[in-house]
Amino acid sequence: MVELSGAKALIKALEKEGVDVIFGMPGGANLPIYDELYSSNIRHILIRHEQSAAHMADGYARVKRKAGVCLATSGPGATNLVTGIATAYMDSSPIIAITGQVPREMIGKDAFQECDIVGICTSITKYCFQPMSAKIIPEVVKKAFYIAESGRPGPVLIDVPKDVQQEVADTEFPELVKIRGYSPHIEPDVTQVAKAIDLLLSAERPMIMAGGGVHISGAFNELQALAEMLMIPVVTTFKGKGVFPENHPLSLGPIGMHGHAEANKLITEADVLLAIGSRFSDRSVGKFDEFGKDMKIIHIDIDPAEIGKNKQVDIGIVGDVKVSLRIMLKMLANRVIKKYTEGEETPWLKHVREVKEYYRSIVKDNGSREVTAMKAIKKLRELLPAESIVTTEVGQCQMWTSLHFDVIVPGTFFSSTGLGTMGFGFPASIGAKVARPDVHVVDIAGDGSFNMTENSLAVSVLEDIPVIVFLLNNYSLGMVAQWQRLFYNRRTIGVDLKGVPDFVKVAEAYGAQGIRAQSMQELEYAIKTALKSDVTTVIDIPIDPEENVFPFMPPGKGLKDTILAA
Amino acid sequence: MGWNIISALVENKPGVLFRVSNMFRARGFNIESLSVGPTEQSDLSRITITINGDEHTVEQLVKQLMKIIDVVNVERLPLDNSVYRELALIKLRVEDPTTRLEVMNLVNVFRGKVVDISKRSMMIEITGTPDKIDAFKSLVEHYGIIQLARTGVCALPRGVIYE
Repeated sequence: MVELSGAKALIKALEKEGVDVIFGMPGGANLPIYDELYSSNIRHILIRHEQSAAHMADGYARVKRKAGVCLATSGPGATNLVTGIATAYMDSSPIIAITGQVPREMIGKDAFQECDIVGICTSITKYCFQPMSAKIIPEVVKKAFYIAESGRPGPVLIDVPKDVQQEVADTEFPELVKIRGYSPHIEPDVTQVAKAIDLLLSAERPMIMAGGGVHISGAFNELQALAEMLMIPVVTTFKGKGVFPENHPLSLGPIGMHGHAEANKLITEADVLLAIGSRFSDRSVGKFDEFGKDMKIIHIDIDPAEIGKNKQVDIGIVGDVKVSLRIMLKMLANRVIKKYTEGEETPWLKHVREVKEYYRSIVKDNGSREVTAMKAIKKLRELLPAESIVTTEVGQCQMWTSLHFDVIVPGTFFSSTGLGTMGFGFPASIGAKVARPDVHVVDIAGDGSFNMTENSLAVSVLEDIPVIVFLLNNYSLGMVAQWQRLFYNRRTIGVDLKGVPDFVKVAEAYGAQGIRAQSMQELEYAIKTALKSDVTTVIDIPIDPEENVFPFMPPGKGLKDTILAA
Repeated sequence: MGWNIISALVENKPGVLFRVSNMFRARGFNIESLSVGPTEQSDLSRITITINGDEHTVEQLVKQLMKIIDVVNVERLPLDNSVYRELALIKLRVEDPTTRLEVMNLVNVFRGKVVDISKRSMMIEITGTPDKIDAFKSLVEHYGIIQLARTGVCALPRGVIYE
């Protein structure tokens, strides 16, 4: 037992969890915590808006595969975090959001900068803590990290009243915590796994659908081993993009609203589908009742509530993806199965290859300028080292990336796929760079989305966290404009950003580097310059405002209804 | 579609009822009744929920409840092997002695109790399955119900026969 203030206990507990960085902003209700941070070795990164703090912690968490920490004051500081917390919740990313709260006796009195952040965050977090005494803070922190990082990860809020931060108490730091209502470690049922193997081996047209759970579980090698052993083609969800190398012959890439045409077509032809760490989101599978009507579905997920939530399945396996796949591989090793040699093809694989080749051969861009989104992204892929980390903003830029940027090293791509948060990509890329300073980090952006959190340029420059913003600038909210052109009779409204601001000048105003690229030659130069730069570079690439993203599964439709052009 | 009773053991601490009811709202579960109270363990409460729904809905509700960290255990109670009761207080408009006797007869048949009487009203306490309370209510409705309060269902599974 040691006598500590709540704030000191909090910082000590964070240090014990191995926290090396906090993204935050001070304010009246968290000053005691900041005062303790002053004498801690934890790096503090001062953000310019709390939404970005949560996104940075999220980006850090997705790359490190451990919790990222953000810190805000009460009231508006806390509510500014909400979008970032909801983003992390939808994408199962472990962040610890710490907020200051008004003193205990003021709670419920509508005090200055008071806000019921626990009430607000209950449906967008795995759990919310509001420690009402300094004594329990170490236990709360330990539990928060345990909950955030285990099972299906997700955000946890710790809301600390200011007088609890100041209160001095006899404090103990537990090594282990147990929560009786929470048992995240579920061993996969081996009889279910055996049944799944029988079904997969009996399939004529098997398909794997790999989701974000493969990334979270780090089961890249197991997935590849399984696909290669059974020669099963792999589609991914958008969240799962890059969990399987996209230059692999068995890779078909993402399915969904803006999935590859061949992936959307071929998945509907499968007779057995192995869905791994995926929640069958509407963006991936379209209409729930239409999807997979004629196929048998095996579903592996760590969250029991996901089995049968959106889609009734034939075999459900509850457990960690990596553990489940390892059991599967072990069982398969004892079975006599046909081994495939290179170049050998089943009729299904031949069909898959032909369909893929056909659709890849007819892909064309539809912009009128020399530099189109597709050409720009393909050029970036060509020049960017394979192990670089890529994130995106939300909208057309995101979907063009999904279609045209092949992820080669598994786990090096992420995006706000569930909540679809504009403004996510740039701060998330900063968080990713903090986690992996040794690799290049690129945010493939659009002008509308980048505009939302561009003030993080200050953070990037002053904290020396250089990233590359690859800005496909169509002077508009392009995805919305595309929907208005296609479904609202070209009645475009509220989408024209008119080329303001000038992003080269914006970059320069913050002390970053801005380069405009209007030809393929200028683009190549810009990318090479950015890769050599030790300061953040914004590459502003003006593209045709009328350039659409295709293929496109129109909203409310099924994968079979994917259209290839307007 | 069927009538289901779900029994959840939860941590007895502030905010838990909010978490549970907030989940029902956020995920669009339309529950029929919810009751909450202490159990044999002082640090646990029992929440009993009744819901009309198809198998898929009820299964999802159980799984989503289990996902809440303060929920320790969730059970679906089999209707044919559980005891479930609800308590209702019904204040009726009764202004003359003959009617009063009539009501008391009905109360006796239903093994209820008259718990309050005034010149113009009678309050009846009745315990039983929701069906029984519905039946009593429909029998006395024509006297005029001034106020009515029901607790929601409280339930436990029966003991095993050869324990």
